[in-house]
Amino acid sequence: MIAEIGHFALVLALALAIVQSIAPLVGARRNDAALMGIAGITAPAQAGFVALSFAALTACYVTSDFSVANVFENSHSTMPLVYKITSVWGNHEGSMLLWVFILSFFGALVAFFARNLPPSFKATVLAVQAWVAVAFYLFILMTSSPFARLAEAPFEGRDLNPILQDFGLAVHPPMLYLGYVGFSISFSFAVAALIEGRINAAWARFVRPWTLVAWMCLTLGIAMGSYWAYYELGWGGWWFWDPVENASLMPWLVGTALLHSAVVMEKREALKIWTVLLAILTFSLSLVGTFLVRSGVLTSVHTFASDPSRGVFILCILIVFIGGALALFAWRAPLLRQGGLFAPVSREGALVLNNLFIVTACATVFVGTLYPLALEAVTGEKISVGAPFFNLTFGPLFIPLLLIVPFGPLLAWKRADLAGVSQRLGGAFVVALLGIGATLALNGQPVLPALGVGLAMFVMAGAVTDIVERTSLLRAPLGTVMQRARGLPRSSWGTALAHFGLGVSLLGIIGETQWGAERIVTLKPAEKVSIRNYDFIFDGSVNRTGANYRETVAKFTVRHNREVIGVVEPSKRTFPSRGSSTTEAALMTRGFSQLYVSLGDQNADGSLAVRIYHKPMVLLIWLGAVVMVLGGGLSLSDRRLRVGAPRSAKSHAKSSASMQPAE
Amino acid sequence: MTRKQRRLVMIAAAGGILVIAAALVLSALRDSIVFFNSPSDVAEKHIAPGTRIRLGGLVAPGSLVRGDNLEVKFSVTDGKTAMAVAYRGILPDLFREGQGVIAEGALDGAGQFKADSVLAKHDEKYMPKEVAEALKKQGHWKEESGKAAPVVSRPTNSAPPAAPKS
Repeated sequence: MIAEIGHFALVLALALAIVQSIAPLVGARRNDAALMGIAGITAPAQAGFVALSFAALTACYVTSDFSVANVFENSHSTMPLVYKITSVWGNHEGSMLLWVFILSFFGALVAFFARNLPPSFKATVLAVQAWVAVAFYLFILMTSSPFARLAEAPFEGRDLNPILQDFGLAVHPPMLYLGYVGFSISFSFAVAALIEGRINAAWARFVRPWTLVAWMCLTLGIAMGSYWAYYELGWGGWWFWDPVENASLMPWLVGTALLHSAVVMEKREALKIWTVLLAILTFSLSLVGTFLVRSGVLTSVHTFASDPSRGVFILCILIVFIGGALALFAWRAPLLRQGGLFAPVSREGALVLNNLFIVTACATVFVGTLYPLALEAVTGEKISVGAPFFNLTFGPLFIPLLLIVPFGPLLAWKRADLAGVSQRLGGAFVVALLGIGATLALNGQPVLPALGVGLAMFVMAGAVTDIVERTSLLRAPLGTVMQRARGLPRSSWGTALAHFGLGVSLLGIIGETQWGAERIVTLKPAEKVSIRNYDFIFDGSVNRTGANYRETVAKFTVRHNREVIGVVEPSKRTFPSRGSSTTEAALMTRGFSQLYVSLGDQNADGSLAVRIYHKPMVLLIWLGAVVMVLGGGLSLSDRRLRVGAPRSAKSHAKSSASMQPAE
Repeated sequence: MTRKQRRLVMIAAAGGILVIAAALVLSALRDSIVFFNSPSDVAEKHIAPGTRIRLGGLVAPGSLVRGDNLEVKFSVTDGKTAMAVAYRGILPDLFREGQGVIAEGALDGAGQFKADSVLAKHDEKYMPKEVAEALKKQGHWKEESGKAAPVVSRPTNSAPPAAPKS
């Protein structure tokens, strides 16, 4: 019964979405307030029904109702409750339901927060949002309903893939989807702007918070996924350039570019057409990501199932939305009038350069990810494009980008003085040189990693310089500095913090890749293995039983410079219900560095294969991402960006009256 | 600077970056792509020793031999041809005899495949797509309610060896 309610609620949501995708548009054409107002009711109602549907599926999982095929395939009665709940989206059908749940949730938020948008524009935005929703409701109902019943209910489920039985599944997919789907709002705003044929700074002011929220979620989602892969897969790697990882990186990159170009548009009314294009591209890449992961064209831990009809359906959605939006762009974009002029050396110019580098870097990732698929489709030849390709293309494009990051915020709008800015960055240059010098003194050759450390230091010191300059620290008396710091908009703090986080991540990446150490050995009890100044003494192994698995736990005493610093217990788990096993690595954190121990196979003579890594500064990689997200959050809390804040409300009223330009 | 000149500067910058990116992509594509081959492909195409390839197929049942110091040897088969693979390191969790595997490495002078990475990203339900297709080509693939049923039934490590002779 519960499953049927869930299915029915989804059908109702589809019906509402169909109404919402037509009526408000007609209303906007005829200037009919009642028709336009429909969207304000259907959007939250849709969200309610999808929430009901999602709750129904969750209820089926929690009660282990194995008469529902999806629950039977992916759950087991002995699983802990938290995994029963997370397995709702640990499979294809459920994850698509989560996708539309988030989509409808965002739709409702737009309906709620967009009160002071011009009514016709709001109606158009919500209609576009409903188009996307209709496509995905249909996709679920026609090809992947999670509510299908089995004729005879089995006694026991087939269990969730053991790799997914982890807390990471509770956080990673929802965060990632919040990001992917959050970009649908920027998309809807862009398409609505093209339909209406007008766009102004107020548009950017509306789009930016939504883009920022989506970007923050995506950043956290990617970082979380990376950390999950790092500790769960037992290979100690945190980024594999796997097509599915690339699928999430591409919208992140273009979304980052969008955030930056929207600043230019908001402040200077320039780059309008480009910003609209980026908004379309960002969500298009989110759709491509969904297609790559959900269509079964790729093999990876993320692809749950492959069914050709699903692939074709998603491909159709892809073609209709991306093709349609780009065609609309080609047709209507010339209507959008270009705004403010600027010299090549200016804040705008730096942001354009930022956009160029990010988008080009994204294009190389796109080529590397899709080239093998295209080649196979055309010639039948199967190839794999691995990490070396991405390191050789993405790396060289990202280094110049990182070099200009500290310059950007210091440059003036319209026309800037590069020499003056370089002078103000003098301190940052000195810090970078000190970083290079210290690295060379400590680690010696080669020079390249030292230069990398210098670059990371430069980015971080540049972010600090930005704040120092804005508050006139070092020049003005303390009271004035405090006053200036308080008066500084939060978005400035946010920018500096996010850029600082970028440097932190870079430092972590360099530390882990350049100075990491790895040892793979076989050990008998009481034997010892050393890595750097750490000794691992194998104390023996014991067997334990968990809720739905058995595990062999190996105990190691860890010593640093002959002093015992603790015990690590990596294990190997066997899940009888699926006959598969997972490696649970043991991590020991030392400052920002980690010791990583994972187990291999046990040999006949009782010896155990062990993989031990020393990963210097590895935690900085994810910590940097968290700092970036904090920066985003700070920027989001800026009054200027808060939707409905008095100032922006006034400018909207003005803009809706005079249409163009905004201020 | 006039509007036109500014636009020219922008276009030049964009063009420059794109040209650099295209050059990077092309040179990297030439050097770092790896072709996928089944053991039969390797035999037919006479792949030269030292060329990096991905070798995919099923781990021949009974072929897994563990040596000292984490040395392992096994053979990869597509039902028609089998090929010996040597690897040093820890095999992935999902590595089993009779199941799909992808090994990346190169042939040595003696015709043995030296792998530096072994992938077995699947469980009993899924199999690497390339492997499934290579098996289909050799006619050793049964479609069974969407579930992979490779030619060899899944033996446990203790099952009597039944390695197909090539």
